[in-house]
Amino acid sequence: MTVSSSATQADTGPAEICAEHLHKSFGGTVAVRDVSFQVARGEVIGFLGPNGAGKSTTLRMVTGVFPPTSGRASIAGHDVVREAILARRNLGYLPERTSLYSDMAVTDYLRFVADMKQIPAREVTKTVTWAMGATGIEHVSHRLVGNLSKGYRQRVGIAQAVLGDPSVLILDEPTSGLDPEQVSDIRALIRGLGDEKRTVVLSTHILPEVEMICSRVIILAGGRILAVDAPSQLERRLRPYKEFAARVVEASDVLLTSLRTVDHVAEVVVEAAPADEESGAEGTRILVRLEHGFDMRREIASKIVDGGAGLLELQPVVMTLEEIFLKLVGETHESQRS
Amino acid sequence: MRAVLTMAKREFFAYFGSPTAYVLLAVYLGLTGYFFYSDVAFFVTFGAQYLATGLWRYVFIDYRLVTLLVMPLVTMRLFAEERKLGTIELLWTLPVRDYQIILGKFLAAWAFFGVLVLLALIPFGVFYVFHPFDLGPPAAGLLGLVLLGTAFIACGLAASTLSENQVVSAMVTYGILVFFWFMTWNEAVGSEELIRVLTLLSLFDHYYSFASGKVQTVDVLYFVFFIFFFLYAALRSLQSRSWRGVV
Ligand SMILES: Nc1ncnc2c1ncn2[C@@H]1O[C@H](COP(=O)(O)OP(=O)(O)O)[C@@H](O)[C@H]1O
Ligand SMILES: [Mg+2]
Repeated sequence: MTVSSSATQADTGPAEICAEHLHKSFGGTVAVRDVSFQVARGEVIGFLGPNGAGKSTTLRMVTGVFPPTSGRASIAGHDVVREAILARRNLGYLPERTSLYSDMAVTDYLRFVADMKQIPAREVTKTVTWAMGATGIEHVSHRLVGNLSKGYRQRVGIAQAVLGDPSVLILDEPTSGLDPEQVSDIRALIRGLGDEKRTVVLSTHILPEVEMICSRVIILAGGRILAVDAPSQLERRLRPYKEFAARVVEASDVLLTSLRTVDHVAEVVVEAAPADEESGAEGTRILVRLEHGFDMRREIASKIVDGGAGLLELQPVVMTLEEIFLKLVGETHESQRS
Repeated sequence: MRAVLTMAKREFFAYFGSPTAYVLLAVYLGLTGYFFYSDVAFFVTFGAQYLATGLWRYVFIDYRLVTLLVMPLVTMRLFAEERKLGTIELLWTLPVRDYQIILGKFLAAWAFFGVLVLLALIPFGVFYVFHPFDLGPPAAGLLGLVLLGTAFIACGLAASTLSENQVVSAMVTYGILVFFWFMTWNEAVGSEELIRVLTLLSLFDHYYSFASGKVQTVDVLYFVFFIFFFLYAALRSLQSRSWRGVV
């Protein structure tokens, strides 16, 4: 499958992560098919897809947990299979399943990982202290990992990943299973970790999460890449028109007809009234669809005001990732049927 | 080397984080002490002449049984627990090789076994104080015991890679070891040739000469082969994740 996207190849620098035609099958089941992508140094990229989409399997091939059935991947220029040790030296990984030794104290556990990562002995204390500071777990450093809350265990998991300051961080569903407050803490933590030197890949099935954290999103479903793009670019591609919503006191046919005469307006529809009593919104919402690249808000506003329809509100409608996702999945189904 | 030692250290101290380790130590100490005492009583009562064939042989054959009972319980957690906790997945992404992880765990179990053996040597020390004896034959027996225990560890380690269930891992180990013990017992069924081959393969037939104070190259080689075979099996089993995935 070729990915028809302008942003497939990042042009901001050399690819820090490179995956070529990754394919993975377990016995008869194909978990991932022909997945290719590149992530540039300093990028924060999100893997988005429903459960079973193949996110974890893809990340596991990239991190070298298991080799791909075919295809290859590299981290910092090192093939993850043939130069596994070199590739892994540049990698910090947070598996989807919290994978900590519950019988160890936090510092002991981090020291263990630091030693396993071959961090020079005299730097171990320093890097462990730094990682605990970066993830805000200093005050639990002597507690047993097994006695921590889920949110703190996740922080220990991230601390473990950043030990030795690897250039690539791969986090598999870092916020799943946490309560809302912990989720926003962990998101803030991840945003803080991304900088121009560090490449971050995270996977999630929560749509707003990628919008909040990632500059680019890879959408996966059924083991295939459906799209690779910046969240804002996707919208342009998937929606033929730019959309504005106007809330008016009264949406008469005369008003609709007059709106249709505005230049570049393609469509005008009245939105089915949602049960919106709680929000206290009054009036009717009209959706005005414009050709891309034109902003006719002024003309639309004056038509409504001149017609005496009573303009309450006028704003652009941003496509949510949720809609984008549904649309992409729909598209693929259609193309498979035909 | 550092990765191996780091892994070994973590595993070794993990033993003492749970009460199981202390129960195993107590059982090993209690049973070996009991067998030693009753073997000495037997030797004295029946007035046997030679310590090597009259006493040490029986002591080491009895020690074998206690070791067979305890060691699968020592090794069962090594990889099964990692699979259960999911920690194995992280190990697979650290800059270490599978064989280093295996050697680290092997060393840890071996060190724990070392503690057990030291406990089992206490009765020898007490006996020596009252009745000094020739150290040669029991030293051969000790070498045999160490080789046997190491073989058990290799087998148990391989079995613990199979699933995340520690009971499964212990039972598979018992199954294999008991099979290697009993496979020469059904002499009536096989031809003489077959029995000869089986005796060559049988774990315990190679232990008896150590127990009676004799060190034979062929027996040492057998154990070394046995140990390497199962360590290699463990390595292959870990690598099966390439088609089995992370389970
Ligand atoms: N070890 C395995 N054996 C068989 N099938 C597997 C294995 N691991 C994953 N799969 C299958 O591969 C697909 C993708 O799984 P996964 O990568 O975990 O998805 P995600 O992380 O996006 O939820 C699923 O249908 C899953 O059932
Ligand atoms: Mg997953």
